[in-house]
Order: sequence, then C-alpha cells, then structure tokens
Amino acid sequence: MILLELFLTFFKIGLFTFGGGYAMISIIENACVEKKKWITHDDMLNVTVIAESTPGPIAINCATFVGYKKGKILGSICATLGVVLPSFIIIYIISKFLENFLEIKIIANAFGGIKVAVAILIVRVALGLFAKLPKKILPKIIAATAFLIMLLSDICSLGISTIWLLITAGAIGFAAYFAHEKLGRGEGAKK
Amino acid sequence: MILLELFLGFLYVGCFSFGGAYSAIPLIREVVVSGGWISDEALSYMIAVSESTPGPIMVNLATYVGSSQAGILGSMVATFAVVLPAFIIILLVMVVLSKTLEHRYTQAVLDGLKPCITGIILAIGAYMLWENLVHFTGGFSVNIRAVIIALLLIGALVISKKVFKKKMSPIMLICISAVLGIIVYAI
Repeated sequence: MILLELFLTFFKIGLFTFGGGYAMISIIENACVEKKKWITHDDMLNVTVIAESTPGPIAINCATFVGYKKGKILGSICATLGVVLPSFIIIYIISKFLENFLEIKIIANAFGGIKVAVAILIVRVALGLFAKLPKKILPKIIAATAFLIMLLSDICSLGISTIWLLITAGAIGFAAYFAHEKLGRGEGAKK
Repeated sequence: MILLELFLGFLYVGCFSFGGAYSAIPLIREVVVSGGWISDEALSYMIAVSESTPGPIMVNLATYVGSSQAGILGSMVATFAVVLPAFIIILLVMVVLSKTLEHRYTQAVLDGLKPCITGIILAIGAYMLWENLVHFTGGFSVNIRAVIIALLLIGALVISKKVFKKKMSPIMLICISAVLGIIVYAI
C-alpha cells in the first residue's frame, strides 16, 4: 500500500543523505522520479525551488510534498516520519553511546571519501538541472549569474543569502514574461 | 521546564531557517547559547557529527541537543519541533496554493527561479569540491588522497554511463566512496 511504500522509500532516502539538503536532491530524484516515477523532473525542480524559499530542511519539504501528492495528509506524515527516523535513531545512539564518534578511525576515513562523493553528486544534480533548462538565453544568463555570485560569496565569505538571489530571479522571470507579452502585442504578432 | 524550552527553541529554528542548514546553524547557536545548554565547543563537535551522519543537519542537531538536555524525550521533542514548521508550511502550500502553482504568473516567476537555483546548486557543489580537494592552511596544499578519490569516483560515474548505459545511483556512489575513503586514508 502507498503509505508503507512512502515510509520505506523515504526511510531509505533519509538513511543515505549525507552532507545535507542538496545531496538529498540527487537521492530523492533517483528514488522518486526515476525509480518510483511518483513525480516528474519538473515537479522535482518546483519542489527544490519551494524548499529553498521556505524554512526548514529540504528533506522535510520534499518528503511532505511527495507524500502529499501520493497520499494526501497521511501520505505526507508517513513520508516525513520515514525521512526523519533513520537519522534520529543514528544520532540518538551516537549521542548516548559513542562519545568519540568522529575519532573512530574507520568512520573518519570513510567519511573522508563520502565528503568527496557528496560534492560530486551535488555538481551532477546541478549539471542535470542545467541540461533541462529551456534553451533560451535568459535562463542561461540567470543561471550563470547566480552561479558566479554564489561562488564569489563562498570564496570571499560574503555570506550572501540565497533568498535575495531568488527574489531577484523571480522578479526577472516575472518582468520577462510581461516584456514578452508587451512585445508580442506591439508587433501585432499572431499568438 | 526543559522540554518546553527545547520545543520552543527548535520551533524557532524550524521557522526561520530559510534555505536550509547554513541559516539554521547560527539560529541553533543562538538558541543553545541563550539557553545555556551546551558549551560552544561541544556544539561545534555536534555540528561536525551532524554534518557527517545521514539526515538533515538541523534535524540531527535537534536530536543531539535534545538528547543531551533531556534524554530520549528531549530528542523527540526537539526533533518534532524543528520539523513541524516546514511540514505545515508545505502542506499549506500544497493544499491551498496548488492551483496558484499552475497560474501563468506563478509559472513566469518560476521560470526565473529555476535557472537561479540551478546556478546556486552548481556553485555550492563546485565550492564543496574545491574545499575538499584543496587546503588553505597558511599555504596552498592539495589533498592528494581526496583528489584520487574524486578521480576514481568520477571515473566510476563515467564508466557506468558509457559502458553500462546506466546512471549510477547516488546511494551506490556513496557506498563506493566510503570504501574508497577507508582504503585510501589507511595507506
């Protein structure tokens, strides 16, 4: 039944999401779009945007979204519970029993590798999203500009909040739509 | 009582952490320090552990801090509180605003937002990769082991795509990277 599937799928997602939200997009996409076909790539992009604009972990936002789509309120509860449970259990055990978790050699070494994989996965997600953008010039400019500003912010520790970038980009999108409408009317073009 | 404090504190974090972990961490610092719950040093350790374990960083931190203050009940209350705002907001968006999502104005705004987030994610990934491969401690040094792991992983991805015609699952990549990490860092 769908509720159980939602719980189990998101449990698996929750279990493998190392390194925070953006890496999770890769795993969620793999599970929900490619394997289970619960949502489309476009849905995934929409939810990523919404998740970035709303408070809270991306994982929760995605789980609630997909859960609701497939199983209404009960679905969203099952999915959210599923995604939170693995890390809850693991962290609780660590906090209670493993005082020096990070110092355990094998864990530290494994994590040395995982950090690299996480970064690569995030780049892979971005490249995939980039390939799916409309082939017009404006999206490419927005993407390139956002990329450069964000990179600069990180390198120089400027701490530019993504919210401002998103607000600006949203405004540009909106303005572009109206500019397009106006031009269409101005030329008397049939549309 | 501590449970109420944990609940309210992490509810606050859950409400204001726009954009995920990186805005949540300062908020958590604020809540923990003003509550006098744990030392800054202990908090930094918890943050490092939370970054290393599966799950969203702020959820992990909530569980960790909650557990340190009030055992299993504390961890459950804190975790529940940090998750609640996001859960409710998304539900609201979906139930109330799903029609709005299809409206052409919303689509226009989304047409701007989507490439923007793509650029942001690429920048974050690229920077993370850079941070892992290169050190800036006084000088400029390359982490050879990390570079080797990165090359092997990228190689694995390419082989999977070109030879096996399959896009490698992220979970598989993470498992391979853990093994590689154990091997490479033990040498």
